[in-house]
Formats: sequence, C-alpha cells, structure tokens
Amino acid sequence: MRFEEIQQRARKEWEALQRSDSPVILVGTATCGRSAGALAVLDALREELCRRDIAARLIEVGCVGMCYAEPIVTVRKPGRPAVWYGHVTPEAASRLVAEYVVGENPMPEEALGTTGEGRIEGIPNLFDLPVLKPQVRRVLRNCGFTDPTNVDHYLANGGYSGIARALSMTPAQIIEELKRSGLRGRGGAGFPAWRKWQFCIEAKGDTKYAICNADEGDPGAFMNRSLLEGDPHSVLEGLLIDGYTIGAKKGYIYCRAEYPLALERLDIALRQMREYGLLGENILGSGFSFDIEVKEGAGAFVCGEETALMASIEGRRGMPRPRPPFPAVSGLWGKPTVINNVETLASVALILQNGADWYAECGTEKSKGTKTFSLVGKVKRPGLIEVPLGIKLREIVYDIGGGILNDREFKAVQTGGPSGGCLPAAMLDSPVDYEALAAAGSIMGSGGMVVMDEDTCMVDVARYFLDFVQKESCGECVPCRLGTKQMIDVLNDITQGRGRPGDVDLLLELAQAVKKGALCGLGQTAPNPVLTTIRYFRHEYEAHEAQRCPARVCKALIRYRIDPDKCRGCQICLRNCPTGAIKGEKREPHTIDPALCSRCGVCMEVCPSRFKAVECVSE
Amino acid sequence: MDERLGAILSSHRPEQAALIPILQKVQSAFGYLPEEAMLEIARYTGVPESRVYGVASFYAQFRFTPMGRKRIMVCRGTACHVRGSPRILDEIKKVLGIDEGETTPDGEYTLETVACIGCCALSPTMMINKEVYAKLTPAKVRQVFAGEAREREVRGDPAAGQEGMGSPTA
Repeated sequence: MRFEEIQQRARKEWEALQRSDSPVILVGTATCGRSAGALAVLDALREELCRRDIAARLIEVGCVGMCYAEPIVTVRKPGRPAVWYGHVTPEAASRLVAEYVVGENPMPEEALGTTGEGRIEGIPNLFDLPVLKPQVRRVLRNCGFTDPTNVDHYLANGGYSGIARALSMTPAQIIEELKRSGLRGRGGAGFPAWRKWQFCIEAKGDTKYAICNADEGDPGAFMNRSLLEGDPHSVLEGLLIDGYTIGAKKGYIYCRAEYPLALERLDIALRQMREYGLLGENILGSGFSFDIEVKEGAGAFVCGEETALMASIEGRRGMPRPRPPFPAVSGLWGKPTVINNVETLASVALILQNGADWYAECGTEKSKGTKTFSLVGKVKRPGLIEVPLGIKLREIVYDIGGGILNDREFKAVQTGGPSGGCLPAAMLDSPVDYEALAAAGSIMGSGGMVVMDEDTCMVDVARYFLDFVQKESCGECVPCRLGTKQMIDVLNDITQGRGRPGDVDLLLELAQAVKKGALCGLGQTAPNPVLTTIRYFRHEYEAHEAQRCPARVCKALIRYRIDPDKCRGCQICLRNCPTGAIKGEKREPHTIDPALCSRCGVCMEVCPSRFKAVECVSE
Repeated sequence: MDERLGAILSSHRPEQAALIPILQKVQSAFGYLPEEAMLEIARYTGVPESRVYGVASFYAQFRFTPMGRKRIMVCRGTACHVRGSPRILDEIKKVLGIDEGETTPDGEYTLETVACIGCCALSPTMMINKEVYAKLTPAKVRQVFAGEAREREVRGDPAAGQEGMGSPTA
C-alpha cells in the first residue's frame, strides 16, 4: 500500500475520534500511572459508564509526564476542550462520570487544565501551568495524548512521514540533514549522531546492523521507558531510518527485562508495522527490506555499554572489549553496526518529518534540540520533562519542579547517573548543555536528574553510586574491579565513623587511577560522583572525619533523643520501637537507650506531630 | 527430557545467540534454572556447559534455586535512595525475617533488590511480582504485608500465620 493511503486512512480515524459525538476519556496507564493506581481508576470508569449505559470512548494513553499528579484522567466532550484531572481515585472517577460526563459540571476545582480549542471558565490552559510552560514537547508530543497501541494515532500525527521522506533520499542526503540538525547522541556522551552513521556507511561489508539501546540502567532515569510505553512507533521509525541509511537489513532493540510494559508495547507496535507494510520485505514499495527483533536484557547494568550490549545479543557474558575497532567498523558478529539511544532515534524520526532547520531552532550553538529528563528526588513536582537545551538548571528545579519538597534548602542536583556528578547551588544558573555539564565535572547522561536537599548526605550519595558501580562492575579489568572496591572500602569507613585523615586524598588518587585505567565507560566514569562531591562538598567529608554527619543520614554518626520538655509520655514510640530501646512510664517523659537503639527512625515517624518530641542529632 | 523444556528448545535455533532467550524462558517456566535444564541447553545449543553456566551466573536475572511464589523487588535507585529506600528494605527484612536474596521458609516470598524500577517520581518503591507499590514508608510496608497475610488466611492458605511473618502491625 502507498504511504499516502495509509496516512489518509489513519487521519480519517483520528479526525473521527476528535469529532466524536460521544465523550472521549483518556487514562494514563504507563508504569508510573499504574503504580499510582490508574488501573483501578480505569476499572471504576468502565464500570460506571457501563452501569449508566453511556456510549463513551475509553482510551489508555502513555505518561504525560506529570507523574506527581498520577493517576491522570482526561475527559473530552464534543465541541469542548479536553479537561485534565489529577490524583484521580476510583471514587473520584465515578463522581467525574456523574458530574461532567453525564452532567455539565467540569469540576474546575479538581481540574489541572484544559487542552485543545476553547476555554472552560475557571480552568487554566494545561500548557500555561508552571510545570509545562518552560517545556518544549517534541519527542514526548504524543505521550499522554495518543493510544500507543494504535499505529493510526501515530500516523495521523505525522508519524512515519519521516521514513517515507527518507526513502526518497539518498543515504548521503540523510546524513547531510542530520548534520545540519546538530543532533548529538542522547545516550550520554553526546557524539554527533550523523558521524557514527557516516563511519558505518563507509565501513566495508554487505551485512550491517542497526541497534537501539533501550537498556536504560541509570538509577533515577526512566525517560526511555516512558517513551517506549507512550509512543513506541516514534523510536521504531527512527530505527527504520537508521537501517535504511547505513544499509542494514536487520535491527535490534535491546530493552531491559525490568520494563515489561515497554516490551509489550513494542511487540504490539512491531506487529502493526508488519500489517501496514512498514516492516519486512519491500517497505512501502521502496525495495528497502528491514526487520526488527526485540532482545530482552537480563539484568546487567554494564550492558548499556555498546560493546557489552553486543556481546549480550550474541549470547555471551556482557563484558566490554577495547575500542577501536569501533562498532561502526566491527560490531555485532564482527559486522559494521550502529548503536543509538532510544531518544536519539526518536529525534531522528522528528528531524526527517519536520526538517533539520525546524529541529535546530531549539537549543544552543553546540547543543541543538530538546532533551528529556526524569526530574526526581526532593522536588515538589517530580516527573518526566522535555526542555530546550541551554535552559538554566534553576528553571528546571524551581519552575518546572516547583522547588524543593517541604521548602527545604536546595543542596545539589545529580545528572548522568553513576557516570555523572553532583552540581551545587552555585551552578543553578548554568545552562544545561553538553559542554557546561562536562566543565562542571558531570555529564548530560541519558537524562536522570535527581534533586537533593539539605537532608541528603553527599558522602552517602557518593558511597551509594560507588556501591552501585562496584556491584555492577563486570570484573574484566583490574582498575574497575579492584579500584572501585578500594574506593568503596574507604567510603564505607568514612560513613561508618572510621574515617582517617588523608582519606579524601587517597580517594582522589584512586579516582584518577580508575579513570585512566578502566577499559570501558562504566569504569572510566565511575569515580565522577566521588570527584564532584569532593570538589563541591569537601566540608561534608571533613565533618564525617570529625564524626559528624551534617545531613543526619549516616547511622553510625547520628543518634535519636527525646526532648523531655515536649514528650507527653503517650507511649506510641515505646510500643513501636523494634528493639525495645525506649523506656518510660505513661505520662512521663521517655528516654532512648543509645546502646539498644538501631537508628531506624520509627520513633520519629510515629511521634504525633503535635508533640514532635523525637529529634535526630549528629554532634 | 521435561516436556516444557523440550518445547522451549525446539522454538529456538540451536545457536549461541539463542542462549539468553532460552535461559529466560526456562526460568519463567520453572521459576529458576535447574542444573539438568542447563546441561540440556548446552547439548542443544552446542555451547559448552561451562559457558552456559558462565552466562547464567553473569546476569542478575538468573537464579539457581527455586523462587518464592511472590518476588519482592525493592528499588535501590537514586531517587528511592534519597527518599528513604534503605529504611524500606530494613523494614521488609524485619517483617519477613529474611535477608536480601533469601526466600521465606514457607516459600511465599523471595526478597531482592533491583537497580531501578523506573518509577522514580513515586519513590520509594517496590514491586511484588508485577505490581508496583509507590511512596512507601515503613508503616505502609507493614500494612502491605499484613494485608497479604490476611488474604492468605481468608483463602485458608496453610502458609498464613507461619513463623517469619512477624507481627504485622503494632
């Protein structure tokens, strides 16, 4: 079938849905929505609609990114803008049906905002909300708006016009287009996307492979998962363009097994592509044939490294090998291979759909386009965001994220996961681009952004990341295997009150050795969290050496005590203490025996807020 | 050969590239990788036994002992860590009376930690089988397991009230 016919048919279906005579209800059922209870909400809606015999369309969509407001439900009635509701419970869902689907009350006090043409009294435009206003949604444009299991929704919104256009171009023209767009790899290091492809085109060989790296392993990052769950076709279109450009007939998506929903959505999407002639032999009648296979990861962080990833696809232990030769020359089974990140491929599809000039409108001189981030940690509005590169960190943390949870003091933001670093408050006004982050000692990474406040201990954070890479080190090269072990031993000592003078310098020395000597990116970047925390928060290390944890996190350096003036002797803490460390008669002030106390903090958690008698100290 | 194993093997080509997918399917059918199954896999794929074990032991997903009926995965991602996941893990250990990597004596739960579930915005989190539990506190953990114990009691499950469950609520 010709592309125009497919597109036209899809547009008709989409238009019919937009102009539907009956109400359309969207429920965000990505993993984040589900963990907040979206499936129960979906059931409640279905039941209520059934009970009242209402002809409404109920559609499951991906994550719009406002994870803090999940579960999210959108109601669109004929001729009116769509109204978005957050924090919807099953009871609220039933009420919503009664009040607005059947009735005429859009419940403005419960609504987040509206989208589409027209206004509703008392409800702001969703995109005018502080959380969305600074954002530029390109890669995530469909997430939360379209049905990810319906290829027609993707097609009707410009989808697959990128591959249709690419098929009319030569590989050289596509490379030129990518070059003009300025797209850099979104997996972390920021290597120009076109150059990787160019190397692979130039490499000799009839058999070549295109791989999508969906092994999103950085703790604190879930951008790729959300995109695969919410708009899988955008990534698959990018992989098609990739395959056509480099001359591959086979592509792989290497996706984490921990993302069952993403894997399910990919399977559905691939099936639909085959039905529509977008995958397999002679795609869209162009003579180009390409097939995609999904490979499920088996739980090894190092497999995000490209040579380890290929070893894993080949059925071996996922251990990296030295480069060169680079995968573009000798990759999967020794054949020229291009490996791109999920977001890079989705961006490629966008560039081919809308042109390089459109893409490059956004961003800075050296960092073009937009970038998705998972904004998490101690912010008021955690979620999935997409911003133009060059935006200030402050805008992300305070405007989009709404500032620090419980109005505590901002301490640091961590970017780039275990390979990145912690940036202090002084960096809040630096732009977020590849160069600025590298200069600050961190990296862009795949997009994890974890905000930390005054209650976060930076030594503990460094220890946490090093513990992570130490456990995930594949063991192949000595600097990573043993170097990170030595570093974690030193950090464990410091956080457990056994720190010695000179430990920080020892850490710095070890860090340099690991950085220079490690075989792959995992080891080479493993010391970054330690280096940046020493660079910006050395005083915290020194405090630990003096037996003090300023953030009151490290258990060996804190103790709990009960303020006798505030304690009313209600005995709640005494009953909840798991170690029997609390003593005291009813209506008499209680005391904690430090020798028995396990520092679990339950007493502080259960002490009624009108007393707040339990405090945690480190002195 | 076990029928299930035979069916899994015959759906793959006998080559090294099929090794990980075969191991994954065998584990999901049996709950773990029995030694006899790995020997059979080695024979079928032509990959040496030592290498089959080498691959299986490299990846965190694979296990060599049976798993509890329910698999608990506590997220140790960054967002969960800074929002208190170590305390969540401690609480589960206390409630179930088992350590990381262990299974309760009644075979109900296996406790594991994972690098990141990817629900960072709702941290701290854990998964029990495929269900995600969000915004946990130690108190909420106690509630979850108390609820599960009650459910088993209602069903008349012999595992209910067994040693190791601890006292659910104070």
